[in-house]
Amino acid sequence: MIYREAGDFKTSYAADNQTFPIRGDRIAYYMVLAFAFLVMPFVINDYWANAIVLPFLIYAIAALGLNILIGYCGQLSLGSGAFMAVGAYATFKLTTAFPGLSIVFVVLLAGLVTAGVGVLFGLPSLRIKGFYLAVATLAAQFFLIWLFTQQPWFYNNSPTGMISMPTREFLGMPVTGPRASAVNMYLLCLVFVVALAWLARNLTRGTLGRRWMAIRDMDIAAEIIGVNPMMAKLSAFAVSSFFIGVAGALFFAVYLGAAEASEAFGIEKSFIILFMVIIGGLGSILGSFIGAFFLIVGPVLLKLLLVDQLGWSTDLAAHLEIMIIGALILLFLITEPHGITALWRTIKEKLRLWPFPH
Amino acid sequence: MLDVNRDEGYTTADGRKIGRVAMEMKNITLRFGGVVAIKDISFDIRWGEIRAIIGPNGAGKSSMLNVISGFYHPQEGEVWYKGHLRPRMRPYQVARTGIARTFQNIALFEGMSVLDNIMTGRLNHMNKGFFSQALWWGPAAREEEENREKVEKVIDFLEIQHIRKTPVARLPYGLKKRVELARALAAEPSILLLDEPMAGMNVEEKEDMSRFILDVNDEFGSTIVLIEHDMGVVMDLSDRVVVMDYGKKIGDGSPDEVRSNEEVIKAYLGVQHD
Repeated sequence: MIYREAGDFKTSYAADNQTFPIRGDRIAYYMVLAFAFLVMPFVINDYWANAIVLPFLIYAIAALGLNILIGYCGQLSLGSGAFMAVGAYATFKLTTAFPGLSIVFVVLLAGLVTAGVGVLFGLPSLRIKGFYLAVATLAAQFFLIWLFTQQPWFYNNSPTGMISMPTREFLGMPVTGPRASAVNMYLLCLVFVVALAWLARNLTRGTLGRRWMAIRDMDIAAEIIGVNPMMAKLSAFAVSSFFIGVAGALFFAVYLGAAEASEAFGIEKSFIILFMVIIGGLGSILGSFIGAFFLIVGPVLLKLLLVDQLGWSTDLAAHLEIMIIGALILLFLITEPHGITALWRTIKEKLRLWPFPH
Repeated sequence: MLDVNRDEGYTTADGRKIGRVAMEMKNITLRFGGVVAIKDISFDIRWGEIRAIIGPNGAGKSSMLNVISGFYHPQEGEVWYKGHLRPRMRPYQVARTGIARTFQNIALFEGMSVLDNIMTGRLNHMNKGFFSQALWWGPAAREEEENREKVEKVIDFLEIQHIRKTPVARLPYGLKKRVELARALAAEPSILLLDEPMAGMNVEEKEDMSRFILDVNDEFGSTIVLIEHDMGVVMDLSDRVVVMDYGKKIGDGSPDEVRSNEEVIKAYLGVQHD
């Protein structure tokens, strides 16, 4: 057994606090990073980038954001689609108004704008909880999409009502627009994903994360030990919206290139991100990635299996694919309501004692 | 008979020095609509003492604790704390003035590990900014370690090292109570409020808890206000006792004084028939 904790002693609190306390996990993490940065850029092509890799990375950011809000702070939100739209439209307005501004700054600024909007729509959370809050955030979903489709200022009066991303370069290489290569787009998204996942991990393991989790688990007790509920909830909305805004910005600027609010950022976006968080695992960084992987890569892999390997017709496969994914979601939720990460945790605990039953 | 000098405090039977007044409740009245939960009650809490509030069910003991921790705001009366009249405060603001408490029905954060739960007790001592935390950079990481060390001392003290990393939801009742005490202790409070720390425990667990309460008072010099049903425990542990009945104060003094108080016997211990 290579993968185990025995003999892996910690001699300082810093070592005990690290993100991957088990040596096997640490090695796996660095191997994944090395693969993503050193191998993927050489093997990636347009099809893989557009079908799997880019949407996976971008949805992973959005799922991280929503997981901070729902999984860590316990505030239910159905407005993620609209917050992605805020990120996208902020990117569009900023980059057309200041063409010289680096695309990385534009995306970060778009995230900040979304954070502001998120705090605004998070205000009801100070009064209401649970499903009622979800309904309140639903208002954000409909209002913002209405705003972006009905107010010409947001799409610069373009006759189609769509926003389209001009070519922008980073370090001399085009990363958006038609000339951008798959590698460049991939690397840009990858850097954002790695940096944001690291930020999310740091925020959730420190004092801020504990404040959020305290509010999630028992808000009255949290207040008694000195957590200001308003600050905790609004900071969760801000951070979560920042992540979702960055995801929306990348989704529009890098992945889609051109978008229309109601089509690209409708309510089904909110739901798919929510599903990712629930299936992956609430309150887990890894879970956000697993959820995004399951819902983005799952259908593509299934299609490859059914059409290319088994030779089924495309339309039959397309319908079956939806059914199979749906059935898998149900199966996972019945066997482990706390998501795939909880399943993984159970496996780890079993592995610790294996081959003994107790 | 305790010789309570109003300003200088007193010395207990076992020789501990009790200090000046830490908190004084003056003519507190708390109403919920037409129900009067607390009726014109005054008493004081002195630095370093174990102060018990006892009374039958529904006497208003928990309401009193909720007034102290800022959860309820009395309609009449004043709370004087550290020599100042305390303005109306939200509970989290009260917590930041150095008042920590535990609950009758455990209020732990079930989704977090024991360690994280106790670390939440340190929140008011951790003030490194958002960006420092986000980058897990020097000050924030150092702050985390320093506070972890303090928490480990509490863990050591309460003998819960073995469950440090266990999710709280998996713990048995008695241990949960102990973790909750640990969380309150980690805050290094000036005044520690314990709401029925021994409710639902067996004799052994009660003995453990009593020992911890005495040790906390002894080692950290914490001032403890405690509500308890178990008369034997209260009389053994506390230095002074307030007795409440139907929202009124019917007795106040050392355990011996309270035990011999006619009204207390009638209300709480039952009337003797001879």
